[in-house]
Amino acid sequence: MNFEFSEEQLMIQQAARDYAQRELIKDVIERDNHAIFPTQHVKALAELGFMGMMVSPDYDGGGMDAISYVLAVEELSKVDASASVIVSVNNSLVCYGLEKYGNEAQKQKYLRPLASGNKIGAFLLSEPEAGSDATSQRTTAEDKGDYYLVNGTKNWITNANSASTYILIAQTNPSKKHKGITALIVEKDSPGITLGPHEDKMGMRSSDTHSVMFNDVKVPKVNRIGEEGFGFTFAMKVLEGGRIGIASQAVGLASGALERATAYAKERKAFGTVIANHQAIAFKLADMAVKVENARNLCLKAAWLKDQGKPYGIASAMAKVYAADIAMEVTTEAVQIHGGYGYVKEYHVERLMREAKLTQIYEGTSEVQKIIISRDLIK
Amino acid sequence: MKILVLIGNVPDTTTKIKFNADKTMFDATGVQWIINPWDELALTRAMELKETAGSGIETITVANVGHQETEATLRKALAIGADKAIRVDADAKDAFYVASQLALVSQGYDLIFAGVEASDYNGAAVGGMLAELLGIQSVSSVSGLQIDGGLVKITREIEGGSQALSVAAPVMAIVQKGIAKEPRIPAMRGIMMARSKPLEVVQPSETEIRMSFEAFDLPPAKAACKKFTEEQAKELIHALREEAKVL
Repeated sequence: MNFEFSEEQLMIQQAARDYAQRELIKDVIERDNHAIFPTQHVKALAELGFMGMMVSPDYDGGGMDAISYVLAVEELSKVDASASVIVSVNNSLVCYGLEKYGNEAQKQKYLRPLASGNKIGAFLLSEPEAGSDATSQRTTAEDKGDYYLVNGTKNWITNANSASTYILIAQTNPSKKHKGITALIVEKDSPGITLGPHEDKMGMRSSDTHSVMFNDVKVPKVNRIGEEGFGFTFAMKVLEGGRIGIASQAVGLASGALERATAYAKERKAFGTVIANHQAIAFKLADMAVKVENARNLCLKAAWLKDQGKPYGIASAMAKVYAADIAMEVTTEAVQIHGGYGYVKEYHVERLMREAKLTQIYEGTSEVQKIIISRDLIK
Repeated sequence: MKILVLIGNVPDTTTKIKFNADKTMFDATGVQWIINPWDELALTRAMELKETAGSGIETITVANVGHQETEATLRKALAIGADKAIRVDADAKDAFYVASQLALVSQGYDLIFAGVEASDYNGAAVGGMLAELLGIQSVSSVSGLQIDGGLVKITREIEGGSQALSVAAPVMAIVQKGIAKEPRIPAMRGIMMARSKPLEVVQPSETEIRMSFEAFDLPPAKAACKKFTEEQAKELIHALREEAKVL
């Protein structure tokens, strides 16, 4: 066993930390208040290579491992989880899916600009009546010879408006149920695609979330990823990696809140001494630190398994459910330690708490992660 | 034109400073090391110059004096964009020792950048000493630098204003804040390319150690505030006179 990071991994962690602490922090509250998409930051993050950091350099990616990815997403999320979810979706759902399962032509045409960050991608799985139950896809892709005709609605789509490339999961053969589901690459400006209004969310307010409506949208057959019927397996495989990204985001929210709470507790005085000297606060900080450490280790374990080419689906489910739950706990305690100051926006921790809630819901709810883990136990 | 940037390996600026039991040595346990902030700005300026069309800069080399563990700092400089790194394999003991070791590897450059001081020991001596050892011109307090033909155009801060100079290469520019806006964050591509850039290790020369540290002390802790009420004016005067001794 080796718990040491490599020189390169540490350099990437530091690069992400520098960008977050120097740049993202400047306007994070304003973007949250007014739900402004971080266009300039995404451009800068792309130039630094964070938008396709695990993609091979052959396709304009950063060629880094999943451990580096965990470290980078944590650092970005300490400051701005909206920015980190844009990074996470592009990396682990869109780029990973295309690199692993796309054909060479698809990689040349679609993966390259996504990995370099010149374009952004979105992953379209959830539907108004198919969230956790992803098998019940109602969006249809009807075989019309050399193209599919797509109709239906997708919900809660991260990057829906800013993305140029969609990875769409749709039903091509309803009689086969989830075995009739297919994955397609769809260009956002295809005729027949309309977006619902920008969702007015509780947190992650600067990432753009919309529903996407498909009305007789023609998608060339060459844009199908793998065979017909491969879509459900594709989605589940891609989400295994996606969970590492969201779990790391949850770790970042928690560790960011812990850092702020610790700094505050060392400064704020009550009853004649800094509040960190009061056991009630000191023990809270200790509990928070143990949880953050545990969650981070679960993420790193899942990432390590992925880097080794070993199965990581259960490890990433464990990382996600635990990290999301402790992110909620730790950010809530951070607000408590800050007292009244924690409840105002200037001190950041209330935002981290609002954002932490989403990590228990998206890319597989905590309950879905427990289904995955328990089914593996009792199989 | 060839540029050399001297790179100091210093503790992260947020490090909590501790010393060993007899206070003769900095306790480096658990310390994270970074590029000396002024050197990082110097490297940033060197990169900007190289990227300026027509500047005629062929290579940027970075050099330090340190053991193998300081290579992470050099590698970061390579990731930021330096072309080549040189490490003189020795402890950075004192300013003269460091300058003497750097003199081994600093020949043949047209422009050498040194930060005004290292953020750890604040020696502010290596740049000037190295220029002397190399027998070249050095300019201190440099806050702006351009290349114009074969000349180095320098802006330096002086009391109450600034001064513009034109210096023929080779020259040592000892830079301070203002030389570049912000240090660069290495991009993934740079980090990847740093893997294959040359990092040469040079054996140190025999140089006499002329200085030894006798003791370090932390700044005295701030005394606790004393508060006086309106009615305690007399006590306040007494405290100012007898305890603070400012009256």
